[in-house]
Amino acid sequence: MAALAPPRAGVRRAPAPAPPDRRRVRIRAGLVPWLFLAPALILFTLFKFVPMARAIEMSLYEVRPYLGDRWVGADNYRQVVTDDVFLAAIWHTVVLAAGQTGGSILIGLILALLVEGQARSLWFVRTAVFLPTVAAMAVVAEVWRILYYPAPDGTINSILGWVGLGPSQFLNSQDTSLWSVMAVGIWRGAPYDMMIFIAGLAGVDRTLYEAASVDGASGWRRLWHVTFPALRPVFAILLTLAAIRGMRVFTEVFLLTNGGPNGSTEVLMTLIYKLGLERNELGVAAAGSVVLLLATVVLTLAVQYARSRREAR
Amino acid sequence: MRASRHDTALGFADLTGTPARIVRFVVYTAMVLVFAGPLVALLVSAFGAVPDPTGFTLIPRRLTLDNFRAAIEQDVLRYLLNSFIVVGFGLLLQILVSVSAAYALARKRFPGLRLVFLLILSTMMLPEEILAIPLSLVLADVPVVHVNLIGTLAGMIVPVGAWAFSILVMTEFMREIPIELEEAARIDGAGDLRIFWSVVLPLSRPALGVIGIFGFNMIWDQYMLPLLVARDSAQFTLPLALRSLRADEQVGVGVVLAAALLALLPSVIAFLAFQRQFMRGLTAGAVKG
Repeated sequence: MAALAPPRAGVRRAPAPAPPDRRRVRIRAGLVPWLFLAPALILFTLFKFVPMARAIEMSLYEVRPYLGDRWVGADNYRQVVTDDVFLAAIWHTVVLAAGQTGGSILIGLILALLVEGQARSLWFVRTAVFLPTVAAMAVVAEVWRILYYPAPDGTINSILGWVGLGPSQFLNSQDTSLWSVMAVGIWRGAPYDMMIFIAGLAGVDRTLYEAASVDGASGWRRLWHVTFPALRPVFAILLTLAAIRGMRVFTEVFLLTNGGPNGSTEVLMTLIYKLGLERNELGVAAAGSVVLLLATVVLTLAVQYARSRREAR
Repeated sequence: MRASRHDTALGFADLTGTPARIVRFVVYTAMVLVFAGPLVALLVSAFGAVPDPTGFTLIPRRLTLDNFRAAIEQDVLRYLLNSFIVVGFGLLLQILVSVSAAYALARKRFPGLRLVFLLILSTMMLPEEILAIPLSLVLADVPVVHVNLIGTLAGMIVPVGAWAFSILVMTEFMREIPIELEEAARIDGAGDLRIFWSVVLPLSRPALGVIGIFGFNMIWDQYMLPLLVARDSAQFTLPLALRSLRADEQVGVGVVLAAALLALLPSVIAFLAFQRQFMRGLTAGAVKG
């Protein structure tokens, strides 16, 4: 690494007998940022960009290990957008992503409004509520499998029983499985959104609240006309994050239901995982990945675009 | 009391009077129960006798270490050790890669800077999940060096080394360091490596806390990557092991609870210990995406 040191040390030993080779000095100085960037760029290339390129390439072939790949053009994509199993998975992914995003934002906002403030007890409530976000998804999934235990004296069924509801099969029934998975996602996502909203609420101009109450505005009107408009950037941020995270949902579905029962919670990623790593249909799996990637990119750009247009107005 | 009514949007926390206080107590208790309750129940139940999932409870009865004893027999300590190895080396690598890249992005101007920035930003749209299938092939035969990382803990460590979030948070922070400090060091004859190591890095310590705690959580929560890399249980991380423990009919639910608690505690402890940094990163990261 010593060779890395830029040539300035030499400049200080002032009366050099021969003038230093200026061009080499400049090239070396130009190299410095790239040397600092090299580890990150190498790792990103190996584990992000090369796999992305491989996915695009593989999606155009029928991948046959040892036999050689066979060019199939758009066949894999055709299967992704016409196959009933894929279409169902796309639908489940969209429902799950939309439900988790909307639910987390709504509940996160309500929680944030309730716990905004300086008191020490609020700090405790906020910290406690935030814990699900910190826990690893695998832990969350195991805990919820137990909470959802479908016997009448399972934890949540017992609670439902107190108010005369249930018992429900939750993850074990086609009718309730997707909603049950969604609830877990909201349980883990809402506290995160809550914290972002609290940060946003802290930035709302207090004099506007004062002005609103001087004008005799009710609490709801103040929320609607002062607070929510001020939170607009926060909504945009949360939607962007959800667009990136929502489409790739895997771990919670894999662990809670693994797509079942009877395919009722099969999302794109669990399907791709099964096709690629269990049934070895790598080409189709890759096509599915590329579609998912495109959806993520389009969604992210759309949210960003809507946001910049809003701000421009 | 009037002034405080303008401190929050809803004014809920500032309402006075006994009825308001009771309502507030009920609401906050319900919130804590719903969100923290299941995790506290995990803590309590892991130390109890739980023959089946209906025994999951918030109220401790007879305390016992049986679940942990049985869990140790199921190799849970080995999975825990694997997790610590992965998170330890992974985090070290991630921090080194991030501060180094951030130094170039924040303190240097060079042709291609914007492009590199965009490339790094774009990796946020390329999570392990979406890349799973080709990533598993790349891991089995890493380009150029032709190493097979499948079945090794290194396969779970090296790919998490570069994380756009850490790089961007660090870059943002390093930009704020006054240029005068760097120039002073340069006049004293310090090279880039010296300036990086003894001027910029020490001043970046607050941001190191932020990327440290976020990196820890990110690596601890990894699921797809270990799933792709682990060939048999010898390489399982603790989160990965939970599933096979649960699926094993010989293993009771108590063991799963004990193992899940062990998988939960490090991330909760890390969060509580670095809460300030965590909150800072949360808002910083959210702004950046």
